[in-house]
Amino acid sequence: MSSETKQILTTDGIPLEISLKKAERKNKIKAFLLVAPLLLFLIITYIFPIGEMFTRSIDDKMITNMLPKTFKSMETWDGKELPSEEVFASFLSDFKILVEKKEHGKLAQRLNKEKNGFNTITKKLFRQVKRNKIDETQSIKEQIMKVHKRWRNVEYWQAIKRTAPPYTSAKYLKAMDMYLNEDNKITQVSEDRRIHRILWLRTVEVAFFVTVFCFLMGYPIAHLLATLPMKYSNLLMICVLLPFWTSLLVRTASWMILLQQQGVVNDFFVLIGLVSDDNRPEMMYNKVGTYVAMTQILLPFMVLPLYSVMKTISPSLMRAGKSLGGTPFVAFWKVYFPLTIPGIGAGCLLVFILAIGYYITPALVGGASGTLISNQIAYHMKTTLDWSFASAMGLMLLGGVLVIYWLYNKLVGVDNIKLG
Amino acid sequence: MSKNTEFVKFDKVDKSYDGKVLVVKDLNLNISEGEFITMLGPSGSGKTTCLMMLAGFETPTNGEIYLDSNPISNIPPHKRGIGMVFQNYALFPHMTVYENLAFPLRVRKVQKDEIDKKVDKALSMVSLSGFESRMPAQLSGGQQQRVAVARALVFDPAVVLMDEPLGALDKNLRESMQYEIKHIHENIGVTVVYVTHDQGEALTMSNRIAVFNDGKVQQLSSPDKLYEEPVNSFVAEFIGENNTFGGEVTDISKDVCKVKLQNGEILANPISVKSKGDKTTVSIRPERALINPKDKMDNNQTGKIEEVIYHGDHTRVRLDLLGNKEFILKVPNSSNELDLKLGNEIKVGWNSQDARALDPK
Repeated sequence: MSSETKQILTTDGIPLEISLKKAERKNKIKAFLLVAPLLLFLIITYIFPIGEMFTRSIDDKMITNMLPKTFKSMETWDGKELPSEEVFASFLSDFKILVEKKEHGKLAQRLNKEKNGFNTITKKLFRQVKRNKIDETQSIKEQIMKVHKRWRNVEYWQAIKRTAPPYTSAKYLKAMDMYLNEDNKITQVSEDRRIHRILWLRTVEVAFFVTVFCFLMGYPIAHLLATLPMKYSNLLMICVLLPFWTSLLVRTASWMILLQQQGVVNDFFVLIGLVSDDNRPEMMYNKVGTYVAMTQILLPFMVLPLYSVMKTISPSLMRAGKSLGGTPFVAFWKVYFPLTIPGIGAGCLLVFILAIGYYITPALVGGASGTLISNQIAYHMKTTLDWSFASAMGLMLLGGVLVIYWLYNKLVGVDNIKLG
Repeated sequence: MSKNTEFVKFDKVDKSYDGKVLVVKDLNLNISEGEFITMLGPSGSGKTTCLMMLAGFETPTNGEIYLDSNPISNIPPHKRGIGMVFQNYALFPHMTVYENLAFPLRVRKVQKDEIDKKVDKALSMVSLSGFESRMPAQLSGGQQQRVAVARALVFDPAVVLMDEPLGALDKNLRESMQYEIKHIHENIGVTVVYVTHDQGEALTMSNRIAVFNDGKVQQLSSPDKLYEEPVNSFVAEFIGENNTFGGEVTDISKDVCKVKLQNGEILANPISVKSKGDKTTVSIRPERALINPKDKMDNNQTGKIEEVIYHGDHTRVRLDLLGNKEFILKVPNSSNELDLKLGNEIKVGWNSQDARALDPK
């Protein structure tokens, strides 16, 4: 009997397990083929660009490729005193190649970023090389050191050595208003130049409050949607979804018309005597404008998950709560509210994540005090063309979202999310 | 201890949802303390509306409901102290069985150890001790049902309302739950108002049944009386099986009347006919009409067998009798000497006492 239970054969004598696997393999292949286009699409449009962004954000290969021999010979240098003759010789030979390729300017620029003063001494060295003043039969170290006194300063050689690794965290540090100083220590930039940290904090703050406002406004709407009779709830649903059918730009522009100082809202305030005509409050080009417009635009993302959860809550539960002696508030707080938590979680997560990366609206109505980190990213993408810095900030944003997601999972549990 | 016979009192209650149609019309109903009363009727007959008005989820459009002589129309549901078992149980899905049962006690600020005691007692009453920490989703339908009953009783309410509580259970479970609820009622003596559309349920469980139709109580009486002596043709039709003949009264005395049918004439018991010429529907229970009666009966007719259906314990025979092609007879399985074949003609007889001449349909 025991051998029979161990291996059961099919009618054709094939072991059952193998036969089952065979039968299921076909289904698995079919299932995989069905998702394959999407998978491919995701890899091409999502995974691959993120990988590309990441490498770009830490990439520092340019200088590694410019001074290959120098870095090779520097491997044995302890970095305390001036490097040996060999290091100077390989630096000169690297430099000569760069001069031929006319890339010495790039080197100067890159080294100058690492330590101020490289520009001058590189130019001086370039002139010497150009005039063939350096005699390779004699000590190259002595000759280079004569070009400029800074070439005799060990700190400059240490700076060159610091640029050796092909990867750098400088862009990430810069996004946090920090940098690596001469001693390879993380240092803060001077106080008046700390702009990024303010932007990060403001982004989180705006995303948080937009989420709170969306929740406060969306919860009653969703409840109404879920409890009204069909014909009214459909109409209300259309009102909620209407923003979805209008272009984001149009919606933001209409907020500009409403909120500007000579705009409709201010006109109305003046009309009812709330404010005087010469003292119209600024509601745009600051945080107020960002809050108002983003809340309105993101509201459907809060309402829809809440609605879908509330729709499944039987009205008899509230009745049961009341008939068992709970006041309407107790019945709501103990019975209804806990059951809507999956929807609250989904809605808040969705709104927060969307808000944290919001770009067009703050750019148009935010003004100086209402711009967010995404506007900074766009600025570096389009204006300064520092793509690696933009990539670093973008990845930090992505990382932040993942951290929030992880936190949420710890606190509420992702299984509890209900989007519909 | 004298029992209050007007413990729950519906006094001239009307209810309309849209201002055009009355869902409940002039309802007057007294329920005495400790009674198990069932509101029975087809869907849309107003029975659930009555229950909801008693629970406080609907307000009467007119009239007043009294609970222990106090008008309750202006008391919100949570202050009425009425337990309720809902159709789909309405157990709180995010609470354990214990928390579900403790909910009505906690909102009443009962002490913790008192809560434990009461929950224990209520759970053992529905034989679910040991299930405290389960979630409702981990229980079977019957167990959820019992938790719902326990929750409605745990805070010792004066009245418990049950809104088709067994509707979602399968047949066997429904039957055993019927007895269980009946026994709980007998043991603790709480007043129960039970709503159902299942007449079997109503007949087995109730002290009294109120048959609803069209927003009105058609008949309010004990189960046996309801079955044996329906007062109108709706009740006769709705409760149990029924053979009917439509006709006109041609002669009437105190106990018996003559009814002329399309083709024939029968004797019947005048219930709601008053005088000659009245239209009437005569109703006869299938088990009261006998085949080849040995005793002398005052109605003797001959019918043709149209259909024979075997039911195990009995056989149903459909006859064409006096123009009614739907005349049903129940033949017990013990009397197998009969020759029940399609097309055969058989003699059928019944007493005029059992043929009730009711209002015309």
